[in-house]
Amino acid sequence: MSEQIKTAEALSLEALRSGDKAEIASLVEIFLDPVYRLALRMTGNEEDAEDVAQESFIKIIKSLPSFEGRSQISTWIYRIAMNESLMNLRRRKPLNASVEIDRETGDSQDEEIQIIDWAGQPETELITSEAKKELDSAISRLPEGLRSVFILRDLQDLSIDNTSEILGISTANVKTRLLRARLKLRQDLSVYYRERVIKE
Amino acid sequence: MNQTLECKKLIGELSNLIDGTVSPELCAELEAHLKECKNCRIVVDTTKKTIELYHRDEASVEVPEVMREKLWKRLDLRDFTQ
Repeated sequence: MSEQIKTAEALSLEALRSGDKAEIASLVEIFLDPVYRLALRMTGNEEDAEDVAQESFIKIIKSLPSFEGRSQISTWIYRIAMNESLMNLRRRKPLNASVEIDRETGDSQDEEIQIIDWAGQPETELITSEAKKELDSAISRLPEGLRSVFILRDLQDLSIDNTSEILGISTANVKTRLLRARLKLRQDLSVYYRERVIKE
Repeated sequence: MNQTLECKKLIGELSNLIDGTVSPELCAELEAHLKECKNCRIVVDTTKKTIELYHRDEASVEVPEVMREKLWKRLDLRDFTQ
Protein backbone atom coordinates (compact mmCIF):
# COMPACT_ATOMS: atom_id res chain seq x y z
CA MET A 1 0.00 0.00 0.00
CA SER A 2 1.22 3.52 -0.75
CA GLU A 3 2.35 5.69 2.16
CA GLN A 4 -0.45 8.19 1.72
CA ILE A 5 -3.92 6.95 2.64
CA LYS A 6 -6.30 7.06 -0.30
CA THR A 7 -9.69 8.73 -0.28
CA ALA A 8 -12.86 6.77 -1.04
CA GLU A 9 -13.17 8.57 -4.39
CA ALA A 10 -9.72 7.39 -5.43
CA LEU A 11 -10.53 3.71 -4.92
CA SER A 12 -10.66 1.66 -8.12
CA LEU A 13 -13.93 -0.28 -8.33
CA GLU A 14 -12.40 -2.53 -10.94
CA ALA A 15 -9.50 -3.44 -8.65
CA LEU A 16 -11.85 -3.96 -5.70
CA ARG A 17 -14.16 -6.20 -7.71
CA SER A 18 -11.27 -8.27 -8.98
CA GLY A 19 -10.04 -8.90 -5.45
CA ASP A 20 -6.91 -6.71 -5.49
CA LYS A 21 -5.75 -7.07 -1.88
CA ALA A 22 -3.84 -3.79 -1.73
CA GLU A 23 -6.93 -1.92 -2.91
CA ILE A 24 -9.15 -3.81 -0.46
CA ALA A 25 -6.72 -2.93 2.34
CA SER A 26 -7.05 0.72 1.32
CA LEU A 27 -10.83 0.45 1.49
CA VAL A 28 -10.67 -1.06 4.98
CA GLU A 29 -8.18 1.61 6.08
CA ILE A 30 -10.49 4.39 4.86
CA PHE A 31 -13.69 3.02 6.37
CA LEU A 32 -12.49 1.27 9.53
CA ASP A 33 -12.85 4.29 11.84
CA PRO A 34 -16.30 5.38 10.54
CA VAL A 35 -17.66 1.82 10.60
CA TYR A 36 -16.33 1.20 14.12
CA ARG A 37 -17.75 4.52 15.40
CA LEU A 38 -21.13 3.80 13.85
CA ALA A 39 -21.16 0.33 15.41
CA LEU A 40 -20.03 1.65 18.79
CA ARG A 41 -22.81 4.27 18.88
CA MET A 42 -25.44 1.79 17.71
CA THR A 43 -24.50 -1.06 20.04
CA GLY A 44 -23.20 0.99 22.98
CA ASN A 45 -20.22 -1.21 23.82
CA GLU A 46 -16.76 -1.91 22.43
CA GLU A 47 -17.08 -5.68 22.30
CA ASP A 48 -20.19 -5.64 20.11
CA ALA A 49 -18.77 -2.77 18.03
CA GLU A 50 -15.72 -4.91 17.32
CA ASP A 51 -17.88 -7.86 16.26
CA VAL A 52 -20.05 -5.64 14.07
CA ALA A 53 -17.07 -3.99 12.39
CA GLN A 54 -15.46 -7.36 11.73
CA GLU A 55 -18.62 -8.95 10.34
CA SER A 56 -19.29 -5.85 8.23
CA PHE A 57 -15.91 -5.98 6.54
CA ILE A 58 -16.14 -9.71 5.96
CA LYS A 59 -19.50 -9.14 4.26
CA ILE A 60 -18.22 -6.11 2.33
CA ILE A 61 -15.20 -8.00 0.95
CA LYS A 62 -17.32 -11.02 0.07
CA SER A 63 -19.86 -8.83 -1.75
CA LEU A 64 -17.39 -6.58 -3.59
CA PRO A 65 -17.37 -8.68 -6.81
CA SER A 66 -21.11 -8.12 -7.17
CA PHE A 67 -21.12 -4.42 -6.16
CA GLU A 68 -22.54 -2.67 -9.21
CA GLY A 69 -21.74 0.89 -8.20
CA ARG A 70 -25.34 2.12 -8.45
CA SER A 71 -24.87 3.92 -5.15
CA GLN A 72 -21.71 5.49 -3.76
CA ILE A 73 -19.41 2.92 -2.21
CA SER A 74 -19.58 4.78 1.12
CA THR A 75 -23.39 4.57 1.12
CA TRP A 76 -23.19 0.83 0.41
CA ILE A 77 -20.65 0.29 3.20
CA TYR A 78 -22.64 2.32 5.74
CA ARG A 79 -25.77 0.33 4.84
CA ILE A 80 -23.99 -2.96 5.52
CA ALA A 81 -22.54 -1.64 8.80
CA MET A 82 -25.94 -0.34 9.92
CA ASN A 83 -27.66 -3.64 9.07
CA GLU A 84 -24.99 -5.58 10.96
CA SER A 85 -25.44 -3.25 13.96
CA LEU A 86 -29.21 -3.75 13.92
CA MET A 87 -28.80 -7.53 13.64
CA ASN A 88 -26.43 -7.44 16.60
CA LEU A 89 -29.03 -5.55 18.64
CA ARG A 90 -31.79 -7.98 17.61
CA ARG A 91 -29.66 -10.93 18.68
CA ARG A 92 -28.97 -9.30 22.01
CA LYS A 93 -32.55 -8.39 22.91
CA PRO A 94 -34.93 -10.09 20.51
CA LEU A 95 -37.89 -9.67 22.85
CA ASN A 96 -37.64 -5.89 22.74
CA ALA A 97 -37.73 -5.62 18.95
CA SER A 98 -41.46 -5.03 18.65
CA VAL A 99 -41.37 -2.51 21.49
CA GLU A 100 -38.63 -0.58 19.71
CA ILE A 101 -40.68 -0.33 16.54
CA ASP A 102 -43.60 1.12 18.50
CA ARG A 103 -41.37 3.64 20.19
CA GLU A 104 -39.91 4.72 16.86
CA THR A 105 -43.24 5.81 15.55
CA GLY A 106 -44.60 7.18 18.82
CA ASP A 107 -44.69 10.95 19.30
CA SER A 108 -42.13 11.84 21.92
CA GLN A 109 -42.68 15.58 21.71
CA ASP A 110 -45.41 15.69 24.35
CA GLU A 111 -42.77 15.92 27.07
CA GLU A 112 -42.46 19.34 28.72
CA ILE A 113 -39.62 21.19 26.99
CA GLN A 114 -36.79 22.01 29.39
CA ILE A 115 -35.71 25.64 29.25
CA ILE A 116 -32.30 25.74 30.85
CA ASP A 117 -29.65 27.98 29.35
CA TRP A 118 -26.58 25.77 29.64
CA ALA A 119 -25.09 26.33 26.17
CA GLY A 120 -22.92 29.21 27.37
CA GLN A 121 -21.47 27.38 30.38
CA PRO A 122 -17.67 26.97 30.46
CA GLU A 123 -16.44 24.07 28.33
CA THR A 124 -14.52 22.69 31.29
CA GLU A 125 -17.85 22.13 33.05
CA LEU A 126 -19.68 20.79 30.01
CA ILE A 127 -17.00 18.31 28.96
CA THR A 128 -16.11 16.21 31.99
CA SER A 129 -15.62 12.45 32.04
CA GLU A 130 -18.98 12.17 33.81
CA ALA A 131 -20.64 14.33 31.13
CA LYS A 132 -19.12 12.08 28.46
CA LYS A 133 -20.81 9.10 30.13
CA GLU A 134 -24.09 10.98 30.03
CA LEU A 135 -23.64 11.66 26.31
CA ASP A 136 -23.14 7.91 25.77
CA SER A 137 -26.06 7.05 28.00
CA ALA A 138 -28.46 9.56 26.39
CA ILE A 139 -27.75 8.34 22.86
CA SER A 140 -28.16 4.71 23.95
CA ARG A 141 -31.62 5.55 25.35
CA LEU A 142 -32.82 6.77 21.95
CA PRO A 143 -35.00 4.29 20.07
CA GLU A 144 -33.02 2.61 17.27
CA GLY A 145 -34.94 4.45 14.55
CA LEU A 146 -33.95 7.83 15.96
CA ARG A 147 -30.45 6.78 16.97
CA SER A 148 -29.55 5.49 13.50
CA VAL A 149 -30.60 8.77 11.86
CA PHE A 150 -28.74 10.92 14.40
CA ILE A 151 -25.56 8.84 13.99
CA LEU A 152 -25.55 9.00 10.20
CA ARG A 153 -26.57 12.63 9.87
CA ASP A 154 -24.95 14.38 12.84
CA LEU A 155 -22.03 12.12 13.75
CA GLN A 156 -21.00 10.77 10.34
CA ASP A 157 -21.95 14.05 8.60
CA LEU A 158 -23.90 12.31 5.85
CA SER A 159 -26.55 14.18 3.88
CA ILE A 160 -30.28 13.73 4.37
CA ASP A 161 -30.42 11.97 0.98
CA ASN A 162 -27.59 9.56 1.85
CA THR A 163 -29.12 8.83 5.24
CA SER A 164 -32.43 8.13 3.54
CA GLU A 165 -30.78 5.76 1.05
CA ILE A 166 -28.82 3.89 3.73
CA LEU A 167 -31.84 3.35 5.97
CA GLY A 168 -34.33 2.80 3.16
CA ILE A 169 -36.74 5.44 4.46
CA SER A 170 -38.02 8.65 2.89
CA THR A 171 -36.19 11.96 3.31
CA ALA A 172 -39.28 13.31 5.09
CA ASN A 173 -39.02 10.46 7.57
CA VAL A 174 -35.30 11.14 8.05
CA LYS A 175 -36.06 14.79 8.85
CA THR A 176 -38.82 13.88 11.29
CA ARG A 177 -36.63 11.37 13.11
CA LEU A 178 -33.67 13.74 13.13
CA LEU A 179 -35.71 16.48 14.78
CA ARG A 180 -37.00 14.06 17.42
CA ALA A 181 -33.53 12.69 18.09
CA ARG A 182 -31.98 16.12 18.46
CA LEU A 183 -34.80 17.34 20.73
CA LYS A 184 -34.63 14.22 22.90
CA LEU A 185 -30.86 14.46 23.33
CA ARG A 186 -31.09 18.19 24.04
CA GLN A 187 -33.79 17.49 26.60
CA ASP A 188 -31.75 14.80 28.36
CA LEU A 189 -28.61 16.95 28.45
CA SER A 190 -30.66 19.90 29.75
CA VAL A 191 -31.86 17.80 32.68
CA TYR A 192 -28.33 16.57 33.30
CA TYR A 193 -26.71 20.01 33.21
CA ARG A 194 -29.50 21.60 35.23
CA GLU A 195 -28.61 19.32 38.10
CA ARG A 196 -24.85 19.54 37.82
CA VAL A 197 -23.65 22.68 36.08
CA ILE A 198 -26.16 25.49 36.37
CA LYS A 199 -25.61 27.59 39.47
CA GLU A 200 -28.63 29.42 40.78
CA MET B 1 -42.53 26.18 28.53
CA ASN B 2 -45.71 27.89 27.37
CA GLN B 3 -45.62 27.62 23.63
CA THR B 4 -47.26 30.12 21.32
CA LEU B 5 -48.11 29.15 17.76
CA GLU B 6 -44.87 30.84 16.70
CA CYS B 7 -42.92 28.76 19.23
CA LYS B 8 -44.48 25.55 17.90
CA LYS B 9 -43.65 26.58 14.36
CA LEU B 10 -40.05 27.24 15.36
CA ILE B 11 -39.69 23.88 17.13
CA GLY B 12 -41.14 22.16 14.06
CA GLU B 13 -38.55 23.86 11.86
CA LEU B 14 -35.69 23.63 14.35
CA SER B 15 -33.64 21.03 12.47
CA ASN B 16 -34.11 22.79 9.14
CA LEU B 17 -33.16 26.11 10.74
CA ILE B 18 -29.98 24.63 12.24
CA ASP B 19 -29.11 22.91 8.94
CA GLY B 20 -29.76 26.11 6.98
CA THR B 21 -32.37 24.50 4.76
CA VAL B 22 -35.33 26.83 5.37
CA SER B 23 -36.39 29.33 2.70
CA PRO B 24 -35.15 32.93 3.13
CA GLU B 25 -38.71 34.08 3.88
CA LEU B 26 -39.26 31.47 6.59
CA CYS B 27 -35.78 32.08 7.98
CA ALA B 28 -36.56 35.80 8.37
CA GLU B 29 -39.84 34.93 10.08
CA LEU B 30 -38.15 32.53 12.51
CA GLU B 31 -35.31 34.97 13.21
CA ALA B 32 -37.84 37.68 14.00
CA HIS B 33 -39.53 35.34 16.50
CA LEU B 34 -36.18 34.45 18.05
CA LYS B 35 -35.49 38.14 18.73
CA GLU B 36 -38.67 38.26 20.80
CA CYS B 37 -38.65 34.84 22.46
CA LYS B 38 -35.90 34.00 24.95
CA ASN B 39 -37.15 30.44 25.50
CA CYS B 40 -36.89 29.61 21.82
CA ARG B 41 -33.42 31.15 21.68
CA ILE B 42 -32.41 28.81 24.52
CA VAL B 43 -33.86 25.81 22.68
CA VAL B 44 -31.97 26.70 19.49
CA ASP B 45 -28.68 27.39 21.32
CA THR B 46 -28.80 24.25 23.47
CA THR B 47 -29.75 22.07 20.49
CA LYS B 48 -26.79 23.41 18.51
CA LYS B 49 -24.55 22.83 21.53
CA THR B 50 -25.87 19.28 21.93
CA ILE B 51 -24.92 18.46 18.34
CA GLU B 52 -21.53 20.13 18.79
CA LEU B 53 -20.74 18.15 21.97
CA TYR B 54 -21.61 14.85 20.30
CA HIS B 55 -19.66 15.75 17.22
CA ARG B 56 -16.58 16.62 19.25
CA ASP B 57 -16.91 13.48 21.36
CA GLU B 58 -17.16 11.36 18.21
CA ALA B 59 -13.87 12.67 16.85
CA SER B 60 -12.08 11.36 19.94
CA VAL B 61 -13.19 7.74 19.34
CA GLU B 62 -10.46 5.58 17.84
CA VAL B 63 -10.36 1.94 16.90
CA PRO B 64 -8.44 0.06 19.60
CA GLU B 65 -5.06 -1.08 18.28
CA VAL B 66 -5.70 -4.68 19.39
CA MET B 67 -8.90 -4.77 17.40
CA ARG B 68 -7.19 -3.29 14.35
CA GLU B 69 -4.54 -6.02 14.46
CA LYS B 70 -7.15 -8.77 14.88
CA LEU B 71 -9.12 -7.44 11.93
CA TRP B 72 -6.15 -7.31 9.58
CA LYS B 73 -5.32 -10.91 10.48
CA ARG B 74 -8.92 -12.08 10.12
CA LEU B 75 -9.25 -10.40 6.72
CA ASP B 76 -5.85 -11.75 5.67
CA LEU B 77 -4.68 -8.25 4.75
CA ARG B 78 -1.80 -7.88 7.20
CA ASP B 79 0.82 -7.76 4.45
CA PHE B 80 -0.98 -4.92 2.67
CA THR B 81 -1.28 -2.44 5.56
CA GLN B 82 1.02 0.36 6.56
